[in-house]
Amino acid sequence: MANARQDHRSEPWKDPGATPYVRIDKITKKFGDFVAVDDVTLNIYRGEIFCLLGGSGCGKTTLLRMMAGFEAPTSGSISLDGVDVTAMPPYERPVNMMFQSYALFPHMTVQKNVAFGLHQDKLPKSEIDARVAEMLKLVRMEQFASRAPHQLSGGQRQRVALARSLVKRPKLLLLDEPLAALDKKLREHTQFELINIQETLGVTFVVVTHDQEEAMTLASRIGVMNHGEIVQVGTPTDIYEYPGSRFVADFIGSVNMFEGRLIEDEPDYVRVESEDLGGVFHVGHGVSAAPNATVWVALRPEKIHILRDRPEGEGDNRVAGVVSEIAYLGDQSIYLVRLAGGRQVRVTQPNILRQSGGGRISWDEQVWLTWDSSSPVVVTQ
Amino acid sequence: MNQKRSFFVLTMMAFGFAFLYIPILSLIVYSFNASRLVTVWGGFSTKWYVALMHNEAVKDAAWLSFRIATMNATGATVLGTLAGLALARFGRFRSRSLLAGLTTAPLVMPEVITGLSMLLLFVAMEQLFGWPDGRGITTITIAHITFSMAYVTVVVQSRLATLDESLEEAAMDLGARPAKVFFLITLPIIMPAILAGWLLAFTLSWDDLVITSFVNGPGSSTLPVLIFSKMRLGVSPDINALATVLVLIVTVGIVTAGLLMARQQKRRELDVQQAIAGNQ
Repeated sequence: MANARQDHRSEPWKDPGATPYVRIDKITKKFGDFVAVDDVTLNIYRGEIFCLLGGSGCGKTTLLRMMAGFEAPTSGSISLDGVDVTAMPPYERPVNMMFQSYALFPHMTVQKNVAFGLHQDKLPKSEIDARVAEMLKLVRMEQFASRAPHQLSGGQRQRVALARSLVKRPKLLLLDEPLAALDKKLREHTQFELINIQETLGVTFVVVTHDQEEAMTLASRIGVMNHGEIVQVGTPTDIYEYPGSRFVADFIGSVNMFEGRLIEDEPDYVRVESEDLGGVFHVGHGVSAAPNATVWVALRPEKIHILRDRPEGEGDNRVAGVVSEIAYLGDQSIYLVRLAGGRQVRVTQPNILRQSGGGRISWDEQVWLTWDSSSPVVVTQ
Repeated sequence: MNQKRSFFVLTMMAFGFAFLYIPILSLIVYSFNASRLVTVWGGFSTKWYVALMHNEAVKDAAWLSFRIATMNATGATVLGTLAGLALARFGRFRSRSLLAGLTTAPLVMPEVITGLSMLLLFVAMEQLFGWPDGRGITTITIAHITFSMAYVTVVVQSRLATLDESLEEAAMDLGARPAKVFFLITLPIIMPAILAGWLLAFTLSWDDLVITSFVNGPGSSTLPVLIFSKMRLGVSPDINALATVLVLIVTVGIVTAGLLMARQQKRRELDVQQAIAGNQ
């Protein structure tokens, strides 16, 4: 779904002439000796939903707080729409933030919460009322305008927080784990609602999340962070299908990682011999690495076929094993297959046919695993 | 086992309450004693209360105590709130722990020491600057503020410590300058704690005897001082009546402060729940 959405969107990051809307230039933030954000340079374009994705303590929230103005960078600069905002206090920035805790003012009604920002700008009352009403309608909370925050459910509070942060028409909206407090069903629903609102208003979003599924659904592009650095920036497809490092491959989705040695290095394919695998990977893309170098091959569980019968002929990209674990999840099943060398491989297969009993592969069965040469990804770091 | 234990708990509770409240109860009961002899019950009467109403010295002392307690509570609340804010909000500034120690020291300082040192200070100041001119309502109020401020600080600080800081950040993010954030967001939210602090400071001042007796002067007898000086002449039933009034006012103050803090505790639990929900 996320992919379909990108097709009708322009991709300004691919256009070298495009001007970035948010320009983060060599930003570093130190707390004492601890480097929270380490020399990050990042361009975000107008109308994007940019996700900062990483584990806890990776610096994503600190980076977001620097964009909001709550933390001053140790060095580097941030500019927004051509204006350097590095030294601007939060109350002057054309940036608003939606907090993880929603931070709704407990002593004010929904209406007053949403109107708070407009009151600070001293707008006429009629305009404030009109804009608050319009925003509450957008998030479908108009009938709750006179309620207090503690009378609302989690999902309703989330929508009020969103309305409050959008009502000032910020140039940039920062969202800190916007959906983390919602349960799974509501979260999925809200993700698409968030995308719709973003497309309606055209505001640029920067979202911080630790949830890779959330990032994949929402983002036009994802910046994966680790130890205060951005390790890879790309569209969800890029990040998932072409991870640039072991960290990214492992962080996004689940992956089988095999250490190996480059034994054949051609421009259009490479072959990697792996002791882990007990076989040879034939990978359908070139790699920039020295011959005989140690590399890692990442293979996604859903890209592996599991067969009862030995595939015909001889060749690479195949290995035999024994099923040691099966987890039936309804829509798909996860198989853990133990290879001859003792290594476990994770394989997922969609349960397309409704089966009962006999047909399905079961525990301790001897199976063959194969995959297409376009499936494995070789990473060198 | 459970039966036994609850019996034990109930007995202990009964003893505990008896120990704490029988003296006060007997005081209240005897304040309605018609007899002039304190230890002999002579039937029910409210005549000692009527006598109190016509006693000018008692009325003056009560009015003085009320004025001092009010001024003290207000001064202590302003200073204590500022100290609480500094301790809870300005991070780890230099000498923070020193300030924390200094503001809470009066909680454990012997009152005799506080009273004596205040007296010495006032005498020295009078010799140096000519102010305060003698000892009276001003010196009593200042002395009360110094020790009751600590209570306000503790109450306000503990409220602020559990206040979600992102509320203040959100207000700033929406365009409010720091001063406005304080008056529109922080102050209204911590108001119950400030009110509780005010009431605590009021009751502390209202029933203080030791420090007051060091720093008061001629013609500035507060109610507790008056009671104490009357006691030297022997216990009379009108003192019982006066003490009952005193206890009543303290009780109202403490119960109201307790209710405010309980409400605030509920609010805080709600905040915590929200924060937990926000972190999942």
